[in-house]
Amino acid sequence: MSLDELDRRLLTIIQSSFPIVAEPYKQLAETLGTTEADVIERVERFKEQGLVRRIGGIFDSRALGYKSTLCAMKAPVDKLDLAIEVVNSYPGVTHNYLREHEFNVWFTLITPSQEYMEKVLDEIREKTGCEVHNLPAVRFFKIKVDFKLDKQAPSAVAAAE
Amino acid sequence: MLTETDKKLIRLLQDDLPVAPRPFAVLAEQVGLTEEEVIARTRRYQEQGLMRRFGVALRHREVGFTANGMGCWDVPEERAEEVGRIMATFSEASHCYQRPRFDGWPYSHFTMLHGQSREECAAVARRISEATGITNYRLLFSTEELKKTSMRYFTEE
Repeated sequence: MSLDELDRRLLTIIQSSFPIVAEPYKQLAETLGTTEADVIERVERFKEQGLVRRIGGIFDSRALGYKSTLCAMKAPVDKLDLAIEVVNSYPGVTHNYLREHEFNVWFTLITPSQEYMEKVLDEIREKTGCEVHNLPAVRFFKIKVDFKLDKQAPSAVAAAE
Repeated sequence: MLTETDKKLIRLLQDDLPVAPRPFAVLAEQVGLTEEEVIARTRRYQEQGLMRRFGVALRHREVGFTANGMGCWDVPEERAEEVGRIMATFSEASHCYQRPRFDGWPYSHFTMLHGQSREECAAVARRISEATGITNYRLLFSTEELKKTSMRYFTEE
């Protein structure tokens, strides 16, 4: 996938500050020195290419009264497929990664309450027979990240919140 | 307090914004507010910290961040705050949290490191180790992204 310089500048801007105005694409076009139609065409292409998952709000689970956590699961080879299927079936599981460790399945879970979180984890343990550790954060040092794409080498820039 | 209208709007905002010249007018129609009201409320959610940001959710792999290493660090409790703050200053670390230890898992601090290669992630971890003096750490590379979605709030009904 090749991105030209304008693509990179546009992506960098709309990651963290897509304009919340009546005509956002027009405003972006003015910032970038191009036309509204050109910006719309580029954004549509980003979506088609799978570069952009969606444009929208990233909400703060805690501020909305939800609970979030990271879980470490030990899934032996013979149970791995089942474990993945079970874990992924919950809408509150937003991220799930296979990692190189004895604890090999790491997933994030967001739930409306603590009770519901425990219920989901008990269900996962019961359905898979796997060991699952619940590791809710006790301190937050950084939770926001943007990727700077307007240079050749991507580098993550983040603002601690 | 969030009203039912707020929740309805949040449900739409956590979806994919239509690529149209006036996208917020499209949402306004769906939620029964004016375009101005939708824009004002969306900005307010951000000011109140309910919405961390409004923008694109990128697929990191597609933009060249192919390596994802979870740095796990064994930090003494008396240095937890100080070390966490140092780790947060590294631009390559997208998240930095302290979490509970468990039996067989001595690591308390987690940093998500993104790079264009495993070697690049490992080099960042070495720099974090030097900056913090924390030498007992592991880097867990992901071998597969099994799921990645955006959370959808207020959809439990």
